[in-house]
Amino acid sequence: MLKANTDIVRLNGAEKHFGAVRALNGVDFHVGAGECVGLVGHNGAGKSTLMHMVAGTLRPDGGQIAVRGSQEASYSVARALELGIRCVFQELSLCPNLSIAENTRINHPSLAGFGWRRRAADLIRAKLDEIFPDHGISADDIAGDLSIGRRQMVEVARAFTLTREPLHLVILDEPTSSLDAHTAGQLLSFVRRFVEQGGSCILISHVLGEVLQNADRIVVMRDGKVVAADAADAFDRDKLVAAMGGAEGHHKVATEARKTEPGALKVRARPARQQDGKELVARAGEIIGLAGLAGHGQTDLLLAIFSAAARARTGIEVTAPVALVAGDRQSDGIFSQWSIAQNIGIRSLAKLRNGLLISPQREAELAEFWKKKIGIRTPDMNNNIYSLSGGNQQKALFARALGSDAEIVLMDDPMRGVDIGTKLEVYDLVREEAAKGRTFLWYTTETEELDNCDHVYVFKNGRIVANLGRDELTEEKIIQSSFGDAA
Amino acid sequence: MTAIAPGTLPKSSQRGSAARARLLRGLLPALSLALVLMAIAWLNPRAISYFGFNLMLNLAIPIALATIAQMFVIAGNELDLSIGTFVGFVGCVTATWLRDAPLLGIFVLLGSIGVYALLGALIHLRNLPSIVVTLGMSFVWQGLAILILPKPGGKAPDWLLSIMSFKPPYIPFPILAALLIAAVVHFGLMRTSYGVILRGSGGNAAALRRAGWSLLKTKIVLFALTGLFGVLSGMALIGITTSADANIGNGYTLLSIAGVILGGGEFVGGRVSPIGAVLGALTLALAASPLLTFMHIPPDWQVAANGAILIIVLAARVLISRRER
Repeated sequence: MLKANTDIVRLNGAEKHFGAVRALNGVDFHVGAGECVGLVGHNGAGKSTLMHMVAGTLRPDGGQIAVRGSQEASYSVARALELGIRCVFQELSLCPNLSIAENTRINHPSLAGFGWRRRAADLIRAKLDEIFPDHGISADDIAGDLSIGRRQMVEVARAFTLTREPLHLVILDEPTSSLDAHTAGQLLSFVRRFVEQGGSCILISHVLGEVLQNADRIVVMRDGKVVAADAADAFDRDKLVAAMGGAEGHHKVATEARKTEPGALKVRARPARQQDGKELVARAGEIIGLAGLAGHGQTDLLLAIFSAAARARTGIEVTAPVALVAGDRQSDGIFSQWSIAQNIGIRSLAKLRNGLLISPQREAELAEFWKKKIGIRTPDMNNNIYSLSGGNQQKALFARALGSDAEIVLMDDPMRGVDIGTKLEVYDLVREEAAKGRTFLWYTTETEELDNCDHVYVFKNGRIVANLGRDELTEEKIIQSSFGDAA
Repeated sequence: MTAIAPGTLPKSSQRGSAARARLLRGLLPALSLALVLMAIAWLNPRAISYFGFNLMLNLAIPIALATIAQMFVIAGNELDLSIGTFVGFVGCVTATWLRDAPLLGIFVLLGSIGVYALLGALIHLRNLPSIVVTLGMSFVWQGLAILILPKPGGKAPDWLLSIMSFKPPYIPFPILAALLIAAVVHFGLMRTSYGVILRGSGGNAAALRRAGWSLLKTKIVLFALTGLFGVLSGMALIGITTSADANIGNGYTLLSIAGVILGGGEFVGGRVSPIGAVLGALTLALAASPLLTFMHIPPDWQVAANGAILIIVLAARVLISRRER
């Protein structure tokens, strides 16, 4: 076989931008035949973007893609399937209203005509039996009725079913995230068998042990670039963590170590899934960070605290009014038909009332005060909120929370997609308000932001796994705890 | 973490209960139809006869066809607010051009199906809300119907009249027709391999796109099928009433939506049932007039009684679904 043809897929200088964000910044990546490539990196490192490109669901803005040695000018999903490249996406992609056999049919155009139903059922049943013996799934089950773990099993099995199209490369994006240890083991040993028979695999996982044990080669991504790539035995856990986090050159923002004597207790909360005695404690004047991988229970805890302020909940103690700065400002934060002033005033209506009605004058005063204080750049606070740039919209949401009577401010990763200038202004403001005695609970996916915090709780699988004080706070340590294999 | 065995049993029994609740919910349209029939039999035993059914289910065929038409758009997470006036428009074409100038009539009816297909393409390509587009179209169809037939009148073609007055032995024609419609659509949408793709487009459109299917095509097909069954509904209606009126189908919009929902369909998620939809249409057709007339409910209150039936059935469904969880 020619050397060039042993590559299943090769990307050269792949680039992708989403607006101003560079998701991929000139990535070279390839997968050979009979090889399992492990792909690791922190959230937003560009792994998923890269895989969407290999699967044909995203078009690169720059660079080339070649499959089995030949350049693909107009690469698409259909073309990828034709060439035997398939992807199991992180978000479940079964149709919940269809049966398992019908869902199999969707991926196989050739399952048509007389008797297709029986053929589809046989196909998926055989593959499920092969990968997950005693899976307990029937081909007639409706996908929506299955538990999330079983749906993931079906999806993985479906990717390996074979009809007319060839099968050379399967991308598994977090394939074990909803599986228990037993089924995850079944899947990974199947992957090894598949690779030994000459198939190729890309394995993306946050469980580093899985990648180290099952991949032949490991590629580490960070900030839209490949930062390390080598044979799997050249890595160990610590080396991977170091490569992902970039131990070099990350200076802490030199903030004067604020000496805080413990203030009054404001929040004491224990995540619903916490099994040991760890709990989150926040006192007056503290900035508390919530870290860990995205979606590991940080937002859930913030929302639980938020609702506990209105109605008592077991396991959560809140002693002061609460305000929430939403992370997804378009869907959870902004009243899109309202003016900037109205958007700021909504959390403080009681204060703005004059008799039964809202006093436009007080509303304008509040808005004007925060316009100056936080620097919202607009000629008129009565303009629609959408007249502002994204960063300024976020400032308005901060003004809403800080202008209210809330002594506890919950921040649900509010700085997503905000420019650095705005960020620095808001950091200063948060520190200033904390010095005045306000308490901040700050969930963030950006590790640098945690430098503003007095205390950081690291989350994994809905539980607090570590409580890091200000002086022990390093990016490595956070990654180490959030990737901890101890279940 | 290796202990999976204890987890498997409860999970599968939980799935069993989900399947039971699904079955129960699937039987609900049939149960509500049976209930209405029993009420009629109790109020007036003579109504349960060949002649009685022919009379009571007089308008069931066009309602069932309009319901099926609505079901196709709902399968793709859309809604058609113009189906009623479209049925009226088709009725006017049928009672005039299809009789006097059959070629022109056929051309116009086929063209209107084409318009439906284009609407599907427009809604998909421009990402427009179907409610707005079809609400606008409802005025277009109504206006065209009035242009064609300013005053009630016209006459159905003779072949259509003879089809609709067909009297098969033993089984009343409306029941036979309902069985046929349900069977054909059930096979087409629920059993064929492309039917799966059509329903999948309502269930998880992103998954379909990733598997390489064209969502534009599924939307066009669904809307064209709506147009086709809307045409059949209008023609069947004129075959029964023998003459047309521009406003003849106006009530069908809400009736067809109610029929789909009564038949176990849901507004989003591609969950529809052709058999259920036909049963729902029959229930509505029966409950609409005969039952209420037997109960001596004045016509003014009949619409409200119809709504009450709808609410009761939907409430039963919610209760079943809640137990499922």
